[in-house]
Amino acid sequence: MTASLTRLFGVQNLALAEDVVQDAFCRALEVWRVRGVPPNPSAWLMTTARNRALDLIRRERTARTFAPELTRLLETEWTAAAVVEEAFSSDVVLGEQLRMMFSCCDPELAEPAQIALILNILCGFGAGEIAAAYLSGTAAIEKRIARGKKVLARSSTLFDLSDADFAARLSAVHRALYLLFSEGYHGASAHDTVRAELCDEAMRLAALLREHPATRTPATFAVSALMSFHAARLQSRVDASGELQALWEQDRSTWNRELIAQGELLLDHAARGDELTTYHIEAAIASVHCAASTIGETNWNAIVTMYDQLMLVAPSAVVALNRAIAIAQRDGPERGIEAIEAIEDRERLEAYPFLNAALGELERRRGHAAEARRYFTAALALARSDAERRYLEKRIRE
Amino acid sequence: MSDFIYIYRNSPAAREANMGTPEARQKSMQRWMTWLRELEANGHLKSAGQPLDRDGKVARGNSRTITDGPFVEAKDVIGGYSIIQAKDLAEAAELAKGCPGLEDPDGSVEVRPVASM
Repeated sequence: MTASLTRLFGVQNLALAEDVVQDAFCRALEVWRVRGVPPNPSAWLMTTARNRALDLIRRERTARTFAPELTRLLETEWTAAAVVEEAFSSDVVLGEQLRMMFSCCDPELAEPAQIALILNILCGFGAGEIAAAYLSGTAAIEKRIARGKKVLARSSTLFDLSDADFAARLSAVHRALYLLFSEGYHGASAHDTVRAELCDEAMRLAALLREHPATRTPATFAVSALMSFHAARLQSRVDASGELQALWEQDRSTWNRELIAQGELLLDHAARGDELTTYHIEAAIASVHCAASTIGETNWNAIVTMYDQLMLVAPSAVVALNRAIAIAQRDGPERGIEAIEAIEDRERLEAYPFLNAALGELERRRGHAAEARRYFTAALALARSDAERRYLEKRIRE
Repeated sequence: MSDFIYIYRNSPAAREANMGTPEARQKSMQRWMTWLRELEANGHLKSAGQPLDRDGKVARGNSRTITDGPFVEAKDVIGGYSIIQAKDLAEAAELAKGCPGLEDPDGSVEVRPVASM
């Protein structure tokens, strides 16, 4: 809704667009309390917002400038209502949401700011909810959003989907959506519902990208596939008592078959084209995991090969660590520990609890209990959430 | 480039047909929007102007008599106006041929140069 209204009002009037949405919701509360919720509440809200927008345009069309390319058409009653109607039609709404997504990923904004804006404008999350998801102060998030909106307002038009640096912007959008998803998946928030919502929103926005010809690229399919595979395992990451479960402990019967099948289909689409992104490889790895009914049946050889590929395309210490863990699964804990010791920029992982946790696990497997405990204790000091802390404490006690 | 005013006229019956039902209304507005957008895209639209309501009064002569609008029995009613820019009267008239109002047999567009005095 905000995206459509911003299309009409112009980005410089983003606040006005948000007021109209707010207003529509307030009216809904009043009217629905008296008359009950209508059969199609979202259509009711859309109609209310549309009428309110038209009123506002009629009242302020001489005092304010709206979207520059629509100004003429909004000025006159010949067309104003039709233009407003058009902005709320479903295919235009899709286009506006995409445009808004691209605008939020302005290179002038840091990634956390891009994500905060997407959550706020496109997903309708308030600053408080975003702050809860990121374990950050509401005031800090409010400031981040306000700064982001200022940058948006400075650009005279919303990002054009046919712009020359479209490809670069699309990959920024992919990154932001994947970060948003990861925040839900690994995120700091203790509330499962908040985290699941972040994952859902990231997947919903990725689905929008798949609907538009300009954004329906192999990379879009690959990032969507990756999210589907991860989402399939989301439920099993914590057990009934809310404790984190490592991959080998997870109850694979709870993995969501439907999402896995969807992931396979998306990965298949992603392969049609000559683009190979890190999302392709990561999705392929996730697909191998999902295909195995036990940890032992996993095709570790394929996984190691794919991590080798990933190291060629996008080498990083985290990828190297994951590769080492796969090697340990294939060739035993000694080989795994060697591979970890061979990681070139290991010091970059020092603040990352999983390095010590991985070393601890491998030492435990080869029977070095004291070593293992030492690593788990080091990892505990770096843990980022209560769930991670409890997981590591359990390992130390073992 | 000079300014011209388009005065759109139509019969009350045609107007009723175009605006009577929400569907007809939407279709008519869509046609107007396409046309005005095209004029604008080609740099001919100075102001889209406004449509006019049907009701009206007329003040007439030095007796200043006010009567209801002459609309009831009139064959053509002014439905609105726009101001456009064109090279000359001939071009302005040619452009007027695209007006959606002309789809009705009674519709007309009066094209008048805006005088510079």
